[in-house]
Amino acid sequence: MAGLNGLKERCTSLLKGGYGWLESRLGLIEPLTKAAEHPTPSNSASWWYVFGSAATVLLIMQVMTGILLALVYSPSANEAWGSLQVLNHNIPLGWYLRALHGWGSDFMIAIVLIHMAQVFTFGAYKFPRELTWMVGVLLLLLTLGMAFTGQVMRFDQDAYWGLGIGASIASRVPFLGAPLVHLILGGPILGAPTLSRFFTLHVFVIPGLLLAGVGVHVWMVLFHGVSDWPMPGRIVRKSTYVREYEELNAKTGLPFVPDAAWKDAVFAAAILFSLMACAFFFGPFGPNGPPDPTIIQTAPKPDFAFLWIYAVLAFLPPSIETPVILVVPVLAIAGMLLLPVFASQGERHWSRRPVAVLMLAVIAVTLGIFTRLGTYTPWSPIMQAWTADPIPPRYLHNRTPLERQGALVLEDKQCRNCHSLAGEGGLRGPALDSIATGMTEDQMIRQVLQGGGNMPAYGNALNPSETKALVSFLGTLRGNDNLAPATDPSRGLIHTSELKTLPIQPAVKPR
Amino acid sequence: MSELLQHPGESSNDSLTPAGKAAAHTRRTFLFKLALGLNAAVGAVLAVPLIGYLLGPAMRKDSATGAWIALGPLSDFPVGETRLVDFLSPVRSLGDGQTAKVACWVRRISDQQFQVFAVNCAHLGCPVRWFAQSKLFLCPCHGGAYYEDGSKASGPPERGLFEYRYKLAGNALVIHAGDMPTLATQANCAEKPLVQIQETTPWQV
Repeated sequence: MAGLNGLKERCTSLLKGGYGWLESRLGLIEPLTKAAEHPTPSNSASWWYVFGSAATVLLIMQVMTGILLALVYSPSANEAWGSLQVLNHNIPLGWYLRALHGWGSDFMIAIVLIHMAQVFTFGAYKFPRELTWMVGVLLLLLTLGMAFTGQVMRFDQDAYWGLGIGASIASRVPFLGAPLVHLILGGPILGAPTLSRFFTLHVFVIPGLLLAGVGVHVWMVLFHGVSDWPMPGRIVRKSTYVREYEELNAKTGLPFVPDAAWKDAVFAAAILFSLMACAFFFGPFGPNGPPDPTIIQTAPKPDFAFLWIYAVLAFLPPSIETPVILVVPVLAIAGMLLLPVFASQGERHWSRRPVAVLMLAVIAVTLGIFTRLGTYTPWSPIMQAWTADPIPPRYLHNRTPLERQGALVLEDKQCRNCHSLAGEGGLRGPALDSIATGMTEDQMIRQVLQGGGNMPAYGNALNPSETKALVSFLGTLRGNDNLAPATDPSRGLIHTSELKTLPIQPAVKPR
Repeated sequence: MSELLQHPGESSNDSLTPAGKAAAHTRRTFLFKLALGLNAAVGAVLAVPLIGYLLGPAMRKDSATGAWIALGPLSDFPVGETRLVDFLSPVRSLGDGQTAKVACWVRRISDQQFQVFAVNCAHLGCPVRWFAQSKLFLCPCHGGAYYEDGSKASGPPERGLFEYRYKLAGNALVIHAGDMPTLATQANCAEKPLVQIQETTPWQV
């Protein structure tokens, strides 16, 4: 026994000696330990406070998987797409690394947004943590920058046309449009220099800024302490807040590690596990078709995080689109950055900040709706509807030959790219199943020939007999219950006046 | 405290604090400020070429891009039809791979009259597709629609399709291609602004 104890003692003293040697030269372990054990108000050791650390863990995960992917990925316009195929199919577990990195990006954006919403709801951006919030806003923008440049790394059709959309937006900047486009593309066309510069942004520039920003962000959290749990009526005042916080901390403070950090650690593990599960079960994103601009049979779409922007761009009227695209993002970012300047004091609890809660709800619902719209793009014509979907037979029963000819015109002229019939077809224009109950024959002829209301004019694409046939077929579409057809009241007036009065006077007297 | 050996260059006013020493040593303070100025000057001289390199692609003269490029013999384009034609960009660079390819829509109006449209939608650059039956170009992204002559039919675009300049060289259709067409860098570069097809097109001989 004595021998064993002696061994233990010797080991302990050796370890202590080693630690002493290291720390007397490095001088970092002790201050870091102190920082980890810094006291934090007991009410902030909450499950609501875990998102910031989870975002940091995800960032480290992204850096690690990113470095591993860079071992194989070829950042060259003619090889990038092929190297992703190699990663997906030829490199053992390459698909899993790609899936981890892709899903990690979505997870990180989600967690960063939740973290931001939580900080906003808790009023934690107020004095003295204003700059922490501002740096946080920049970190959000950098995270989105990583997501966009990361989508470009996939260098498939979506990446190619997504870059084209980016360049087209830049081209709307007054005076500087052309130089900006060339700066983004790295040359006159979208090609090798474009991918190289987005690779540089994705791998060197933005990650460097992101890591430095996270360092500053975390330093300020340590410097000011984790914000206390908001209480209704506990007002933030610049003159008293720091003293009150210190008093609270002296009374209820717990060491951050381990008393609060265990929740962060558990949540981080849960998030990483969910990420691994998503990556394993759902696999990597793409790449879809190769970045060949002559393959135009494609409907480009951005990644999930940008779908809402894609949707908004479909709804802006042409006349205000450029100003809105160029001005609103600047205002929105400035608003987020300056929020703590204008609201640095006062109530923190959400029950006393109805406007803040309402704002958050409106923004969240708006983003949600536009994202949802972006998933099925109701504004886009369905580009292959006319080849895929014949007119359902029940719409042809008991129809005259002319009406059936009209059904053929409807199919042949690709009306269902934009209009649905029996649930098949585009959502851009109104469904045609009961069109005759809302429009008279005259109105339909006018609409088809002249267009209007976001419908092109078909006057040049239809000859008179086709128009006649088409409209007589449309006239039979009165819904499943065969509702009454639309009538024009003025027609009725003409008929009654014909019955009752003298023959109609010519409008212009003959000379 | 042990007695330190005096280095010949060390100052003798050890009684002062470091800040006091700095204040006393106006020569060193001056030299430090001078060195800062020197670094600022060196930095500025260094920055000019670095920024020039970074902004190089943006500084390029527009007239330097683009060239005339043949799309094929006239017999490839039947009168009254609109066809998709691929060509290799005359301004491609090393390693462009597939991205050096460009597609355009060629519409032959009559024997000598053509229109050559960029596939890039005038809204945000997605590739438009020609639907011969409904005589429309449709964009899959945000639903821009154009008539057969390229003019705007409906949707978010604020103008018609971009057009390449063309000429007939012998039996071949030749177009002028360069920049990727956007609202600021239109398909046929600097020499002629892109015009809507409703207007007369004097260069189309």
